[in-house]
Amino acid sequence: MNASLAVIGATFALAFGLGLLARRGKEMNLTQWAVGGRGFGVVVMFLLLAGEIYTTFTFLGASGWAYGRGAPAFYILCYGALAYSTSYWIAPAVWSYARTHQLVSQPDFFIQKYRSRTLGTLVAVVGVVAMIPYLVLQLKGLGIIVSEASYGAVSSSAAIWLGVTGVVAYVMVSGIHASAWTAIVKDVLILGVAIFLGLYLPTKLHGGIGPMFDRIEAVRPGFLTLPATGQSASWFASTVLLTALGFYMWPHTFGSIYSAKSADAFRKNAIVMPLYQLVMLFIFFVGFAAFLAVPGLTGTDADLALLRVSVRAFDPWLVGIIGAAGVLTALVPGSMILMAASTVLARNVVYPGVDTNDPRVGRLAKGLVPVVAAAALWFTFHGGNSIVALLLMGYSLVTQLFPSLVCSLLPRNPLTTAGAIAGLVAGELTVAWITMGQVKMATLLPAAPGWVQDLNVGFVALLVNLLVAAVVSSMTRRTQSI
Amino acid sequence: MKAHRLLPLAPAVALLGSGWFANRLEPRILGLPFLLAWIVFWVVATSGVMGLVYRLDNRSTDA
Repeated sequence: MNASLAVIGATFALAFGLGLLARRGKEMNLTQWAVGGRGFGVVVMFLLLAGEIYTTFTFLGASGWAYGRGAPAFYILCYGALAYSTSYWIAPAVWSYARTHQLVSQPDFFIQKYRSRTLGTLVAVVGVVAMIPYLVLQLKGLGIIVSEASYGAVSSSAAIWLGVTGVVAYVMVSGIHASAWTAIVKDVLILGVAIFLGLYLPTKLHGGIGPMFDRIEAVRPGFLTLPATGQSASWFASTVLLTALGFYMWPHTFGSIYSAKSADAFRKNAIVMPLYQLVMLFIFFVGFAAFLAVPGLTGTDADLALLRVSVRAFDPWLVGIIGAAGVLTALVPGSMILMAASTVLARNVVYPGVDTNDPRVGRLAKGLVPVVAAAALWFTFHGGNSIVALLLMGYSLVTQLFPSLVCSLLPRNPLTTAGAIAGLVAGELTVAWITMGQVKMATLLPAAPGWVQDLNVGFVALLVNLLVAAVVSSMTRRTQSI
Repeated sequence: MKAHRLLPLAPAVALLGSGWFANRLEPRILGLPFLLAWIVFWVVATSGVMGLVYRLDNRSTDA
C-alpha cells in the first residue's frame, strides 16, 4: 500500500462517515431525504450547488480541453457566469412555486404548472435518460482517477465498485444531507488542490504563467486564441449560450433548488458563484502546464493530462491528495444524481398522483438507489460505444426543458399544455437524430456562410422545439376558446 | 421591470461575444493571453454587477 492510496482511502472513509452521520436527528421522510426539508441556508446551498457543478468533468475535462484544444476550453469559464446571473431570477421563482405546492422533483413542477401528468412522465423519462450517462461519466472518471493516482495499485473497476457501494449506502441513509456534508470536504479539497496546482506547476515547470504561455505560443502558434473556422467565435458564443440554458435544467440541480430555506440564498449565491468559478482558471493552467510537460496524449487520453503531470511532478502523498479531491468530484454529484433519479422514478413514474407524504413513495425512492446504481454500473462496464452517444446527448436533452420552464414562469404562459408536450417531443427527437446521425450544421446548410456552419448544432433542436410549441399552442388555444 | 435589472446584460454580451471582441493574444495581461484575461475580467464583473443588482433590489423594496 503506497502513501497515495492511504490518503485516498482515508478521504473516502471520511466522506463515507460524514455521509452516514449526516442523517442524525432527522426523520427521513421523502421531503427530508430528497430536498432537505426545505431548510438549507445560504452556505449549505452554496456548497450543494458548487458540489454539483464541479464534477469530474471540471477536474479531468477542463484540464483535458485546455491541454488538447487550447482556447476553445475557455467556454467552460463563461457559461457558469451566465447561468448564475440568470439564476438570480429563475431560481427564486422556481423555489417559491415548489414550496407553495410542496414539490419534491423536477417533473412535479411541470405537472403542477401544466396540469398534465403526461408532461410530467415525459420530463421524468427525459431526466432519467440524461442522468444515467452523466452518472456513468462520473463513475468512469472515478475509476481513472483512482487507478492513476494509486499508480495502478487499485484497478479502475475495483475503485468504481467500492465508490458506488459507499455512495449507495450513505445516500440511502441520509439522502441530500449526505451530499451536503460530503460537499464540504470536497470543496475545501478541490479549491486547495486547484489553486496550488494551477500556480505551482506553471512556476516550477515553466518559470511562471507568462513564460508558460510564451512557450505554448512558440510551440503551437494560435493555440491560445479561437481558430477562424471550426471552434470559432460563433461556435463559442452558441456553445456558451446553450450550456448556460441547460445548466439548471439537470433534474438534480433543478431539484436541489427546492431545498433552500429562503429565496435570498439564490440571490446571494448569484453574486458569489461567478467568483468561485474562477477555480476553473487554475485548472486551465494545469492543462497548459501539462501541454508542455507531458505532450502526446491524444483523443480521450487528453483527460489524463492533470493526473499524468501530477504524478510526474509530486511525491505520492501529494498525488494522493489530488486523487482524493478527484474522487470527491465524482462522489458528490454522483450522490445527487442517484437521489434525483430515484426520486423521479418513484414519485413520477411508479406512483404518479400518490401523495408526497405517503411512506410508500419514500421507501421506494430509497429502494431504487441501488437499482439506479446497478444500471449505471452495467453501462459503465458493458455500455461500450452506445454510452458515448448518450453522454453527448444528455446535456442537449435537458436543455430542451428550458422553453417550457421559462414560459411557465411568465405571468401569462404563452404555451398550452399540448404545445409544451409537442415542442418537447419534437426537440428531443431532433436531439436524438442529430446525435445518432452525427449531423453537423455544415451538412444541414452546406451553402451557409462559415459562421453559421460553426454554430452549435444544439440550436437546431431548440429552434424546432420552440417552433412546434408555438404552432401547436396557437392551434390548441383557438380550439379551447371556441 | 426596473432598469437596473438590465445591467447583467453587459457582462453576458461581453462573454458571449468574446470570440469577436477579444480574440487576440496581445496585449498580455498579467501574463495571460488577452482572450483569457478578457473572460476572467468579465466573470469577475458578473459577480460585481450581480452584487449591485442585489443592493438596488433591496433598496427598492425598503422604500
